[in-house]
Amino acid sequence: MRRKSPIERIALLGRAGIDVVEAMGRSTLFLLSSLFGRSGLRNGGQLLIRQLYSVGVLSLPIIVVAGLFIGMVLALQGFNILTSYGSEQAVGQMVALTLLRELGPVVTGLLFAGRAGSALTAEIGNMKSTEQLSSLEMIGVDPLKYIIAPRLWAGFISMPLLATIFSVVGIWGGAMVAVDWLGVYEGSFWSNMQNSVEFTEDVLNGVIKSMVFAFVVTWIAVFQGYDCEPTSEGISRATTKTVVYASLAVLGLDFILTALMFGDL
Amino acid sequence: MQSRSLEIGVGLFLLAGLLALLLLALRVSGLSAASSGDTYKLYANFDNIAGLTVRAKVTMAGVTIGKVTAIDLDRDSYTGRVTMEVEKRVDNLPLDSTASILTAGLLGEKYIGISVGGEEDLLKDGSTIHDTQSSLVLEDLIGKFLMNSVNKESK
Repeated sequence: MRRKSPIERIALLGRAGIDVVEAMGRSTLFLLSSLFGRSGLRNGGQLLIRQLYSVGVLSLPIIVVAGLFIGMVLALQGFNILTSYGSEQAVGQMVALTLLRELGPVVTGLLFAGRAGSALTAEIGNMKSTEQLSSLEMIGVDPLKYIIAPRLWAGFISMPLLATIFSVVGIWGGAMVAVDWLGVYEGSFWSNMQNSVEFTEDVLNGVIKSMVFAFVVTWIAVFQGYDCEPTSEGISRATTKTVVYASLAVLGLDFILTALMFGDL
Repeated sequence: MQSRSLEIGVGLFLLAGLLALLLLALRVSGLSAASSGDTYKLYANFDNIAGLTVRAKVTMAGVTIGKVTAIDLDRDSYTGRVTMEVEKRVDNLPLDSTASILTAGLLGEKYIGISVGGEEDLLKDGSTIHDTQSSLVLEDLIGKFLMNSVNKESK
């Protein structure tokens, strides 16, 4: 192989940079036009409901099961640590705060990226490769409005709800382990939790977090599907990218959001 | 029929999500609609509030009757000024009531306990409790104990 000259290397770097910026610009335009383009479809509500079903309702089982187990594990671990300080009543506070502030939004985001995000990407990518998107365009229906917008909105709406359900189920699982199995006094379990959890500070901030994650994960998933190479290999690559990018974005954004919300910056 | 069951599923999902939020609000964060409004403010100056935090309980005879809403330093007297919100229905606290900072358990949270005085005048919104007992600081206690034993030995 011929050695590349320095100029060529710089050109390669430049091309890569331009590609990245182009992709970002494309995805932003894509997002804006599918969200704020006037729908003009008479059955827009129907489409949204169908997507809410496949994105939200079908994600419920994994969210509920994961939330239950995470809550139970948190209570077990917390009990073992706190009991050595003789303050095992605080396990309720620990479980609730951990779930509301961190694990609820983050784990829901990750599971959502894996369960719904990958499905969205694969579905849209497949539509593209079988030229369903272009045929829609051919018959005068904007695929952004017909295919993309309902999926985006469904993701935005369902993920915060999923995250709240996750937290509730987790707290319930934690209560089950701590109160029923490990014998923490029920009254102090709940009162400790209620004393330390603040509605705006903890619950609402968690919901805001999950909204941000919902936005990012759905956006990445839908855009990767829309922007993929219309081959089977391209679809598989796009699906992988969705899960990897969305998970990284959730974890990275979580740090930033936590620093802004709880870090007194 | 197909789309009808779909709609029902989505409706249940949305309902479950909102219910979960409500549950978090009421059961987990203890937010109640009547939490503000029917309370009145009391102040108390403590020499040392070490360990007391905002939102700590204010109790009387072990019953929670309010919470701490603010803690600042009183610049003139070098004391910690604690603002409490006490429920309106407990409006018969005598003016010379005592506020002390207590600890739940050995390492537990700090809270304020109010014990009743004997005066006929009552504490009103915005009044200050003058008779206060500071937080128990473990280091001071150990220090005193050590000093005592050293003194005994030297005698």
